[in-house]
Amino acid sequence: MADLTNDFVGVRSPNPFWLASAPPTDKQYNVERAFRAGWGGVVWKTLGEDPHVVNVSSRYGAVAYNGTRVAGFNNIELITDRPLEVNLREIKQVKRDWPDRAMIVSLMVPCEEENWKAILKRVEETEADAIELNFGCPHGMSERGMGSAVGQVPDYVEMVARWCKRHSRMPVIVKLTPNITNILGPARAAKRGGADAVSLINTIQSVVSVDLDLMAPTPTVDGKGTHGGYCGPAVKPIALRMVGEIARDPECAGMAISGIGGVSTWREAAEFISMGAGNVQVCTAAMTHGFKIVEDMVSGLNNWMDEKGYRKTADFYRAAVPNYVNWEQLNMNFKTIAHINQDLCIQCGKCYVVCEDTSHQSIAALRDEHGKRRYEIIDEECVGCNLCMHVCPVDDCITMNAVDTGKPYANWTTHPNNPLRVEAAE
Amino acid sequence: MTTGSDIAPGRLPRETLERNFGDAHPPLNKQQALIEASRCYFCYDAPCIEACPTSIDIPSFIKSIATENTRGAATTILQSNIMGGMCARVCPVEELCEEACVRNTAEDKPVTIGLLQRYATDDLFERGEQPFRRAAPTGKRVAVVGAGPAGMACAHALAVNGHDVVVFEAREKGGGLNEYGIAAYKVPDDFAQTELAFILSIGGIELRTGHALGRDVHLPDLRREYDAVFLGLGHTGVRALDLGSDPMDGVENAVDYIARLRQADDLTGLHIGRKVVVIGAGNTAIDIATQAKRLGAEDVTIVYRRGVEHMSATWKEQEWAQTNGVKIKHWAQPRRVVGWPANGAAPAVKEIEFEYTQLDEQGRLMGTGDTFTLMADHVFKAVGQTFISDGLTAELLEHEGDLIAVNDDRQTSLPDVFAGGDCVAGMFLTVSAVEDGKVAAAAIHGMLTA
Repeated sequence: MADLTNDFVGVRSPNPFWLASAPPTDKQYNVERAFRAGWGGVVWKTLGEDPHVVNVSSRYGAVAYNGTRVAGFNNIELITDRPLEVNLREIKQVKRDWPDRAMIVSLMVPCEEENWKAILKRVEETEADAIELNFGCPHGMSERGMGSAVGQVPDYVEMVARWCKRHSRMPVIVKLTPNITNILGPARAAKRGGADAVSLINTIQSVVSVDLDLMAPTPTVDGKGTHGGYCGPAVKPIALRMVGEIARDPECAGMAISGIGGVSTWREAAEFISMGAGNVQVCTAAMTHGFKIVEDMVSGLNNWMDEKGYRKTADFYRAAVPNYVNWEQLNMNFKTIAHINQDLCIQCGKCYVVCEDTSHQSIAALRDEHGKRRYEIIDEECVGCNLCMHVCPVDDCITMNAVDTGKPYANWTTHPNNPLRVEAAE
Repeated sequence: MTTGSDIAPGRLPRETLERNFGDAHPPLNKQQALIEASRCYFCYDAPCIEACPTSIDIPSFIKSIATENTRGAATTILQSNIMGGMCARVCPVEELCEEACVRNTAEDKPVTIGLLQRYATDDLFERGEQPFRRAAPTGKRVAVVGAGPAGMACAHALAVNGHDVVVFEAREKGGGLNEYGIAAYKVPDDFAQTELAFILSIGGIELRTGHALGRDVHLPDLRREYDAVFLGLGHTGVRALDLGSDPMDGVENAVDYIARLRQADDLTGLHIGRKVVVIGAGNTAIDIATQAKRLGAEDVTIVYRRGVEHMSATWKEQEWAQTNGVKIKHWAQPRRVVGWPANGAAPAVKEIEFEYTQLDEQGRLMGTGDTFTLMADHVFKAVGQTFISDGLTAELLEHEGDLIAVNDDRQTSLPDVFAGGDCVAGMFLTVSAVEDGKVAAAAIHGMLTA
């Protein structure tokens, strides 16, 4: 049995699964249900100054793909729409009742030092473990000069992070927006400002669909729609890339990362942690299935760690980071080719048609003496693109096997076709 | 103690009968259809297409269902098979498209192609649309004999190409076996007539019922008056089965009873025996046995002279009958029927004696000499139907065995006469009859426009 206890910038929790700042962490009732279900911690839904904001009716959009509901999820909600006082009272109560769980408070106030100073003081009184600065909200708040309007300007990120460190004893986590060209800009700024950690990604600006009857974006509010924040399983690859980018950046070294974006099972958690996240935050999976899904996240991660011989998450934390390189560092002499396991093949022909129509014509469509279909890889033509393996509906039917080319490691930087190549030192 | 034959109407209350003869396999709702459609892998050069006698582009129509382009799905189906609605209900998919589905290999659970086809075609029928347009009239006239699947498929395709078609049908209604032969619970709500009306709505087809070949119309006249003739005559006879007795009350051909059942306005008026014995092993045997059970017969037994592996009814049909409480007994052949004592009148069936059978060393069927007797109020013969060639037709056309000989274009020995469906060699299915009519229509069109 592996040890899943988590220490994130000094904040302890029984497991690395936190609920992200979002509707599931909006109030005491939900958070207590979450803790009863087994979540390691919560980031309380973002607090702001009174008067509190007001949300519209009709708030979520979703992408269903090929029968899978909520493959992508989108919301046009704002921060908490309850009075500050009520939230603070509940936070204090819950932290007192659940001392072993992480209680992080997400904050968003106007970009003035006094405003931050004032709210920090009140949050400290709740005994919360840390604060998360919401610099990511991509809609509604950014138009008021908050949220991603701050997150997109590295200087502001640095400045606010510094204020928070100056006026609070609590660890500071800066939540980053992905709606930016280079995630390292705000990440490095957070580091310069003294932040203990960054958490990412917040939601991606999106229009989830157009209602073709109303001719309006969804979710539709009285015939109109607006862009919202996209999250859920569909955004995981984007989040994972950004987490990896920060994890391997020397300037960001020493700053913790809380991984967010499409964590739906233990597997994504393992991926984020190996890519440099100290823990993960979840929202869409809980909003799709309820809080109970944390049980499998915990047991799945535990069982996988047992299988791999990892005793604690630190054993594989950042394990994939050294292998996350830029393209020009990849070995150009490595060769892999597809192999079809004929015993598993169901003769659907998908590998053949995608290779023939869209790739390298490396699969032969044959018929045996009984007229039965048979698909075979033409080894000499196969470039090892993996497409056939990805479209094959049968697990492990098509595998990619490395071929010994007998050639040493050599990358693009020294390749003869590279006009900017560097000559290998003799 | 029973002292006479027990054949009676109204064994079950009207509501029960209505339920028993309602849709045996309810259609998919939208949610089910979308889930099922998402299971299709959209195979390349798909095995299901090859397994379909009419070569419906199954992956494409299923993809259209998945994208909620249901009208497109129906059009794809009907382009290949104008009776796609009927075939969705009556095709033995477990031996055709669904047997070929690659999902069988990994998980033994094919995509339910038949139900999806029904979902798409039902949608089109509910819209009441005809997705095809007639070409400009060609002035050519074609006679089609027989308004069953072969004849109507041929007529529709010819009409689409602008030819004028007259269909001669011996019975009171068109539809052929779809109307008179298929089990009622497979085609409730008068679907055969709905589909027929849909086919006729293309225009250019005149249906003349009550016109039998050899009685009201004659092939030489048709050849004179029309530019081409298509014969979709169907099975015109049933195979004889000698039960070693004179005609007896309660012993009849299954197809006759099924036709009566299909045409009955009120099922409570239909007589059925308490103990029913069916002799045969095909889908007709299954249909009569199951329908007898659903009419309220107490004991229904199918007896077949060979083993389960020889039955022409599909495994799914056999399971269906058994689920309905029908008993299937193998390796026995009827020897004689015994009637109740009758005072001058025709005797009614009392029991039927069977002899056990086996294969001898040469693989020939032989009786073992041992017998058993089943009590029976009602005996149905379902040992197969045949094509009985009208005398005049027989003289004019070359035959292949009992059937009309045709080439790949379904052209007979007379160049302007084509034939298809159950009167030519083939699978004897609705779907293969449709294919015959379609192929013949293409050849006739080619001939008329050459």
